[in-house]
Amino acid sequence: MKFDTPATTNPIDQLKVIGRPTDRIDGPLKTTGTAPYANDRHDVAPNQAYGYVVVAGIAKGRVTAIDTSRARAAPRVLAVVTAQNAGPLGKGIFNVAALLAGPEVQHYHQAVGLVVAETFEQARSAAGLVRLDYELAPGAFDLSTASASAVKPKDGSSGPADAAVGDFAGAFAKAPVTLDATYTTPDQSHAMMEPHATVAVWEGDRLTVWTSNQMINWSAGDLARALGIAREKVRLVSPFVGGGFGGKLFLRADVLLAALGARATNRAVRVALPRPLMANNTTHRPATIQRIRIGCRRNGKIIAIGHESWSGNLPGGAAETAVNQTRLLYAGANRMTATRLAVLDLPEGSAMRAPGEASGMMALEIAMDEMAEKVGMDPVKFRVLNDTQEDPEKPGRPFSQRQLVKCLELGAERFAWNRRNPRPGRVRDGRWLVGMGMAAAFRNNLVTRSAARVRLDNRGVLTVETDMTDIGTGSYTIIAQTAAETMGLPLEKVAVRLGDSTFPVSCGSGGQWGGNNSTAGVYAACMKLRDAVAEKAGLDPAQAVFADGQVRGGDRRLALADIAGDAGLVAEDHIEYGDLDKRYQQSTFGAHFVEAAVDAATCEIRIRRMLAVCAAGRILNPKSARSQVIGAMTMGVGAALMEALEVDKRRGFFVNHDLASYEVPVHADIPHQEVIFLDETDPISSPMKAKGVGELGICGVAAAVANAVYNATGVRVRDYPITLDKLLHGLPA
Amino acid sequence: MKAFSYQRATSPMDAAAKATVTPGARFIAGGTNLLDLMKLEIEAPTHLIDVNGIGLDKIEKTEEGGLRIGALVRNTDLAAHEDVRRDYGLLSRALLAGASGQLRNKATTAGNLLQRTRCPYFYDTQQPCNKRKPGSGCSAIGGVSRQLAVVGASPACIATHPSDMAVALRALDAVVETVDAKGMARAIPIADFHRLPGETPDVETALTPGELITAVTLPKPAGGKHIYHKVRDRASYAFALVSVGAIVQKDGSGRVALGGVAHKPWRVEPADALLRRGAKPVIEHLLADAQPTAENSFKVTLVERTLAAVLAEARA
Repeated sequence: MKFDTPATTNPIDQLKVIGRPTDRIDGPLKTTGTAPYANDRHDVAPNQAYGYVVVAGIAKGRVTAIDTSRARAAPRVLAVVTAQNAGPLGKGIFNVAALLAGPEVQHYHQAVGLVVAETFEQARSAAGLVRLDYELAPGAFDLSTASASAVKPKDGSSGPADAAVGDFAGAFAKAPVTLDATYTTPDQSHAMMEPHATVAVWEGDRLTVWTSNQMINWSAGDLARALGIAREKVRLVSPFVGGGFGGKLFLRADVLLAALGARATNRAVRVALPRPLMANNTTHRPATIQRIRIGCRRNGKIIAIGHESWSGNLPGGAAETAVNQTRLLYAGANRMTATRLAVLDLPEGSAMRAPGEASGMMALEIAMDEMAEKVGMDPVKFRVLNDTQEDPEKPGRPFSQRQLVKCLELGAERFAWNRRNPRPGRVRDGRWLVGMGMAAAFRNNLVTRSAARVRLDNRGVLTVETDMTDIGTGSYTIIAQTAAETMGLPLEKVAVRLGDSTFPVSCGSGGQWGGNNSTAGVYAACMKLRDAVAEKAGLDPAQAVFADGQVRGGDRRLALADIAGDAGLVAEDHIEYGDLDKRYQQSTFGAHFVEAAVDAATCEIRIRRMLAVCAAGRILNPKSARSQVIGAMTMGVGAALMEALEVDKRRGFFVNHDLASYEVPVHADIPHQEVIFLDETDPISSPMKAKGVGELGICGVAAAVANAVYNATGVRVRDYPITLDKLLHGLPA
Repeated sequence: MKAFSYQRATSPMDAAAKATVTPGARFIAGGTNLLDLMKLEIEAPTHLIDVNGIGLDKIEKTEEGGLRIGALVRNTDLAAHEDVRRDYGLLSRALLAGASGQLRNKATTAGNLLQRTRCPYFYDTQQPCNKRKPGSGCSAIGGVSRQLAVVGASPACIATHPSDMAVALRALDAVVETVDAKGMARAIPIADFHRLPGETPDVETALTPGELITAVTLPKPAGGKHIYHKVRDRASYAFALVSVGAIVQKDGSGRVALGGVAHKPWRVEPADALLRRGAKPVIEHLLADAQPTAENSFKVTLVERTLAAVLAEARA
């Protein structure tokens, strides 16, 4: 199905199943511990052996000698795989650093080997016996110094490195009110609950991996490339994913090493990454330095806005695209954005929840708060004043939907924003200084091809198969809702099978594109099935009505189960898109409001309440969407107040590489959250009229917290995370 | 984790005797720290002696009017004990400020005292650490040190002791009772129990090889207001940036011990005498020899402000 004209009324609009806060259909599996996650797959192959990863203890250099003799001699060790004996390895197109290094070491905790033994404990113990000698090479580990030699990266999929409209420099120089401020965001770790884990089995030259991955097709392809085998020889299965946040978009060392270990031992081999290796072995959200300049008229109208961002990565890695939202979010005739990339020899920087916008909004929305104060306006009104209903870089190009102003105004009303004292540091509640802050939320909506296969059987059960993943987001449920709605079936008559590379290729989970695109693909397949059903029943497909497990046409009424018969009926289709996303800017919008309290003595910061108002097209399931948004808000609090991978700038690694030292919010940090979805449909987005929401929820949260802390204390912190030590000097005891 | 053998002790003396027989043996109680360290091979005992179930899990009144807390009393039970809550509120509050409910259910009194530092370089076996591998150097000095010690450190080690409970015990003048393989009992004042790092940061306590903690005793109640104020980046389940444990009497006199600043719970008795003059002179005395790093110098300010808040709370 090609989607190239805006959607009109279609079966989804019935909203009998779609749009309802249905419980997750996979919920009982998860709450009873029976959902088969990768490291639980004892069932898929007998006689499994255990692999334990051996990692480099230096950031950059060469392994000059690797002595595996003691490990190989250890009890019940089956094999030790290193680059020396692994055979020729390719590299996946989505990877920057090698997943099995040697002799060159590109980053700390890069895998250099795998010890395979009969038990996990034996493998782990023997891994400690592998002796590595290194030759250290100097590396660049400090973004603040490396940024001086940053260069303009090549234009990426998310836009050009540089963009400019009008005369930014001239307008900024003439603006009566200006802000020129620099903000920093630290490296962050995905810290998802389930570590990367894989069970690998070879049958002849065919490889099957049960793993935890967001993008089945990308990773199956990269696994074949890494091993130098044909794509058809690889099957990748990932039906349940215990959180990804971008950390499982790509092939990681656990998959490749399990495959190599299985090949070396002719056994099924399982490999899980230990938590303390994840921060440095896998990818992370790169740190940024961001300079923002805004020039306003005295009435608060922005006439010049500029946003520059510096980040670092390994050679060949991409830049963090932190300026993209600034190209679209506010009006202003004179604009410039620029992205620069430095070489850093830290672990590989990559996507983490709302890559680009999450970091960019952390800076931009503090800048907007600062500017509102400079022009003497309420921060909500300042944003409303500078709203734009067209792409500010391309006047005349409309947004498909843009209800930012409604989000801001409704949020202000619901949050009782009018009770905020605009003068900072004035509200006291016992030992607490209390403040309110807000920020806009913005994240682009991405459309991409997604396929599905649907099979109707003689019991009237519809089975959906697509390689879409459910990373905790609720994919199973919204796909079932989509199929039930389209086919006129009750939800319990739909079975959903996900995450298998033998299924049709979906959009996968990432970039908040999963919900809209995967359901649109299922919708396309179901519409094709409707045609097949109607044809077999001798009905006019255009007139046939699908409801209550039956199809009606004229005075005829037939059960779908009967039409399917013993042979069943199968349809496969995909959604693909025309140029609607070129003609219209498709984005999601929202507003975040936060009340925070700061201990006047210790400067500890505690959130009191949060509100998000989201305009993200049709909300397919308000319950799972709310879960996405409150999770994202929680992650935003982490970004604001505590999350930072601490770089040892001498040795080149992230020091706090476990969950005791890389702090994320706990329940006690998040007392009250509210989420409001605007009643919106976006017929330009897809037949579902839905958009992404899971990343919108994080974009802007950290800045809203930062602005609340400023309102509470009068101390402006521009370097995340906002920890108490950054407030002490500005808050006299 | 290295392979190890395991046996149960039948009595405290039996445990000490078994430990003396097998070099490299360790006692295991709750295991909430030791097992993690064994998985990382930071601890690699060849033999574990299980000291659960040998009668060390009771809380009794002493003849002097204090409390004897068995070494194996779980943190949860200790914090909830009626006498502790009534007479030693500082201890109850410090315990509840630490770890999580699940960990406190498992963790024991002696194990809490013996838990090892949370310095990230100690936990990364690829990095030099004098505490983990004597003589290898300290990679924390000049590295990421925001959480680490500001006072009492040495050129060999800037680690802190992570316990909240120990801070309360230090302010309460607790005594650690032990037994050795010969059945000899001794009583170690809490002030002498933990050591400063000096040249040998791997030697953390006054215990001799095989010596087993049997109990911690508290003197008769000191009265006063008991306040434990723990400061941290997140609201729960985090080690202290700094903590202040204080007992303040109606006349403003009292005692104070600090956590999160040194290799041991930090108390300097003469500083107690300055409490009536406010936080500043007390902290100036307590941290007179402080040598913070650039990353943790804020702790000096923070701990003074925290003590000031504690004293204000005590007056209120």
